Amino acid sequence: MSLEQAPLPLGPSSWAIDAGPDPLAARQGLIGAPLARRDGPAKVTGEARYASEVRLDGMLYGALAFSTIPRGRIVAMDTSSAERAAGVALVMTHHNAPRLHSTVELGTAERAAAADELPVMQDDRIRWNGQPIAIVLAESQEQADHAASLIDATYQPEPAITRFDQARADARPPALYQGDPLRQTIGDPWTALAESPHTVDAVYTTPRHHHNAIEPHAVTLAWDGDELTVHDCPQAVTHLAWSLAQVFGIRQDQVHISAPYVGGGFGGKMLWQHQILAAAAARLSGRPVRVVLSREGVYRVVGGRTSTEQRVAIGAEDDGTFTSLVHTGVVATSRHNNVPEPFIKPARCLYATRNATFEVKRADLDMLANTFMRAPGEAVGTFALESAVDELADRMGVDPIELRLCNEPAVDPSSGKPFSARHLIEAYRAGAERFGWEARSPRPRARRDGEWLIGLGCATATYPYNRFPGGAARITINRNGDATVEVAAHEMGMGTGTVQSQVAAERLGLPVEKIIFVLGDSSLPGVVLAGGSQQTAAIGGAITAAHRELVGELLKLINCDSPLAGLHPDEVGTIPGGLGRLDDPSRSESYTAILAAAGVDTISAEATAPEGMEQLEWSMHSYGAQFCEVRVSVITGEIRVSRFLGSFDCGRIINARTAASQLRGGIVMGLGLALMEETQVDGRSGRIMNPSLADYHVPAHADVPDIEVMWTDIPDPHTPLGAHGVGEIGITGTAAAVANAVYNAIGVRVRDPPITPDKLLRHSPGR
Amino acid sequence: MRRFDYARAEDVADAVRYGTRRDALYLGGGTNLVDLMRETVAQPAALVDVTRLASTIEGTETGGLRIGAAARNSLVAEHPAVRQRYPALARAILAGASAQIRNMATVGGNLLQRTRCAYFYDVEGSRCNRRSPGQGCDAIEGLNRGHAVLGTSSSCIATHPSDMCVALAALDAVVHLAHEDGERSLPLTALHRVPGDRPDIETVLRPGELVTGVELPRLPLAARSTYRKVRDRASYAFALVSVAAAVEVEAGIVQDVRLALGGVGTTPWRARHAEETLRGQAVGEPAFRRAAQAELAAAVPRAHNGFKVELAVRTVIGVLNELTREEA
Repeated sequence: MSLEQAPLPLGPSSWAIDAGPDPLAARQGLIGAPLARRDGPAKVTGEARYASEVRLDGMLYGALAFSTIPRGRIVAMDTSSAERAAGVALVMTHHNAPRLHSTVELGTAERAAAADELPVMQDDRIRWNGQPIAIVLAESQEQADHAASLIDATYQPEPAITRFDQARADARPPALYQGDPLRQTIGDPWTALAESPHTVDAVYTTPRHHHNAIEPHAVTLAWDGDELTVHDCPQAVTHLAWSLAQVFGIRQDQVHISAPYVGGGFGGKMLWQHQILAAAAARLSGRPVRVVLSREGVYRVVGGRTSTEQRVAIGAEDDGTFTSLVHTGVVATSRHNNVPEPFIKPARCLYATRNATFEVKRADLDMLANTFMRAPGEAVGTFALESAVDELADRMGVDPIELRLCNEPAVDPSSGKPFSARHLIEAYRAGAERFGWEARSPRPRARRDGEWLIGLGCATATYPYNRFPGGAARITINRNGDATVEVAAHEMGMGTGTVQSQVAAERLGLPVEKIIFVLGDSSLPGVVLAGGSQQTAAIGGAITAAHRELVGELLKLINCDSPLAGLHPDEVGTIPGGLGRLDDPSRSESYTAILAAAGVDTISAEATAPEGMEQLEWSMHSYGAQFCEVRVSVITGEIRVSRFLGSFDCGRIINARTAASQLRGGIVMGLGLALMEETQVDGRSGRIMNPSLADYHVPAHADVPDIEVMWTDIPDPHTPLGAHGVGEIGITGTAAAVANAVYNAIGVRVRDPPITPDKLLRHSPGR
Repeated sequence: MRRFDYARAEDVADAVRYGTRRDALYLGGGTNLVDLMRETVAQPAALVDVTRLASTIEGTETGGLRIGAAARNSLVAEHPAVRQRYPALARAILAGASAQIRNMATVGGNLLQRTRCAYFYDVEGSRCNRRSPGQGCDAIEGLNRGHAVLGTSSSCIATHPSDMCVALAALDAVVHLAHEDGERSLPLTALHRVPGDRPDIETVLRPGELVTGVELPRLPLAARSTYRKVRDRASYAFALVSVAAAVEVEAGIVQDVRLALGGVGTTPWRARHAEETLRGQAVGEPAFRRAAQAELAAAVPRAHNGFKVELAVRTVIGVLNELTREEA
């Protein structure tokens, strides 16, 4: 920060009231600066130690064996060859596993982290194809892998539901999902639809997906009596500590989770069976254990995004005004968990309409529990909704951007709440100009380069602003004027530590080099899920609260002859290296002077952020306009994305470099959703048949063009720093933008991604 | 642990002596065999490392080119003689796998790589006649979008995965073999077997027989040959359909043609019906279409791979159009 700036008042003590924006939101300086990742050198040199690299004395290596049927009982298990194999220390099955308490399903308790509440290797029942049936511990990974391959199970199969079409006949409303019935009707949508002069009514389907973080799930752990130390790679260290404590019947403070680095999560790095099995086997063997799931193991043990079947119907007047909006459908779930992919969320906030109905039903299969994956609901929901809007625009012969913008709501159409910040029109206008949208022909097949047809498409992105309860932070300043900020938060590659160091530096008036940001450990303050794109706001709010507390402590510490004596925290503000009077900045004191005068080495303050009541007052979302150019071969139906631009409205951007990476990464994943990602399940057996990165296609370098990202950078007046998280919005709208561009190129509408060549061939003349 | 012996052969005599041992397999770059061993699909008693054997690429007296079986794929693809005289081969290799894999993989190993059928790989959970004779085939009624439509049987529909072999099949390549009993040569198109009722027997090689090299004959029309691969993503994906082709046209009439297909056959698929149909015909889409359809007439599509028939026809037409554009 520069010396000329006036003292920065403290952040608000509550975000629920209209107290005016966070003073930091308007600051120039470190906020917004494209700082390089502070942990970058450690990562590229290999110095950063991930969970699978921690070596403990006497450690054994674990390998899992998986069921090959979807449902039934284990009637016999021959583990004798495995037990005799070289280096094997333990074979654990349901026969000898220690008795464990039930897991607690995510969302049903504050710190719950499990995907389901199934017993873990406690009985002979098989509940999905791929369920772990044994864990082998051996002196080396190779020995463990080999021994696991020798385990021979005999099953008594039972009839199983393994196909969506079997299950959907019994589709039913889900239990409340995050307090939401996922069902709402406004006005009379069916009559309005029937009376609309222009309509679209289509069904869109999306397949299962897997997260495929570059780091497979890994855990290295050891017991010391009833104390469990776990090196893991979770998105929720505190949740994991509490959840493991439940399973093993110990206190949360007896479980210590260390996870300074996480090699990607995307929603998949929570509590799954491998951690429980590793800890149980470690207890049984009396030795530390490391379990690193193979890529196949990740597919068998860790659920992904489930499949959806979505109907979108829109009715519109001649002027484009929506008269009715229907977004309903069925998602595949398992019998044993409740994550009904909430694909209706975008439709509930994007368009003004007097008549609407939204509904998600679940259809239960005998499958591995599905879970959250980057923008759960929004990623696939925007595919259907934004494809349908494009279809309607095409039918009406209007520009799809103009159709969207003439349906901009003044208030949230489903809740009636005001928007905290919504600048979607600005994002569209800026993006369209930058992308060259005016070059788009409204007619398909109008632009061609040799055998390649060129098309442009756009779609709206949206993702909610979340700030979950539990954000807390501790700030400690020492006599050298260095500050340590501690939060039980997560660095999964997005740059959390870097970004929040910038926030803390600016809050405290210190150079970023003076900030040590500590995260990734369950002993730190807070219950901070790295999910829902909420870390930025949750930590930002926690630092604000802790800073307010710290300033109070500093003011208590000062002498009566200090220029700041007798002041209330709201009467002072941050100046470089210390505090100054808001009404007279010349009256100030540095942190080091305050500590020195008081004769103390450090001062520390910890606080919990106020609950995210702002989310009850306002409809809070990020938005974006996604633009895509594709080239489609008229001969083969091959699709190549040649240009992509995302124009976002997601509050104040804190770090231009890491935010751009997050947004771009989301778009890359969206390209995968559009064009290639699909977890292939054999419907006869419920078995995943492409559990590898060779067979499950994600975009490789050659599939990803230059992706340009831009943003409005308009602070949200009701959030810490005026910021929103940006981890998930990039994937939303992307697949629809691609599908809409494909339609514009070749005139074929694909409603069942991945959009592969075979789906275009059926409808394309081939020349 | 599954034990196996490992021996590195210094010369061909050395190799075939080791190679005749029971359950011995020759090891090239290991880019496929090591995976198969990890998955326990392959459980050799011994590996005979043949990467020290001939890897040279040199002209033959008859104007062809001989490539040692140990030549790395990437070296073949970048060799000037290959690029100038047999560009389809260079393009086919570069269309396959990744740069890292091409740097390791050998020509001999590429010839003998095995299908990527998911059921073949899923030792624990799926039935496969190719892996476990008589067990049944889960692909025929299962997820078979990537599977073959030509050369299939009621036992197996697994696709031969190689790109390189498709180009070699089109270019009349000859495979040189060595065995304790002596040497012999085969056309590449005679090396692989269609599955019939013994999909586990993938080639005509005798136990212990070693691929020592591949010879490309003098083939002037190959100088304008090409390879086109259609796939779901731009890199590291197996072909949905691929086409290797060379064509010689005079006065608008097809004088000679070489055509082979990948991604559609249980073996690298030389399209002889198409070639016969095309010879003597006027160049142009009608003739190309008739030729392609003649080849695909025998196709047996399954639930999810029927598109390959149309895609193969289109890709053949597209490639022949491209090769004859100036002549047309």
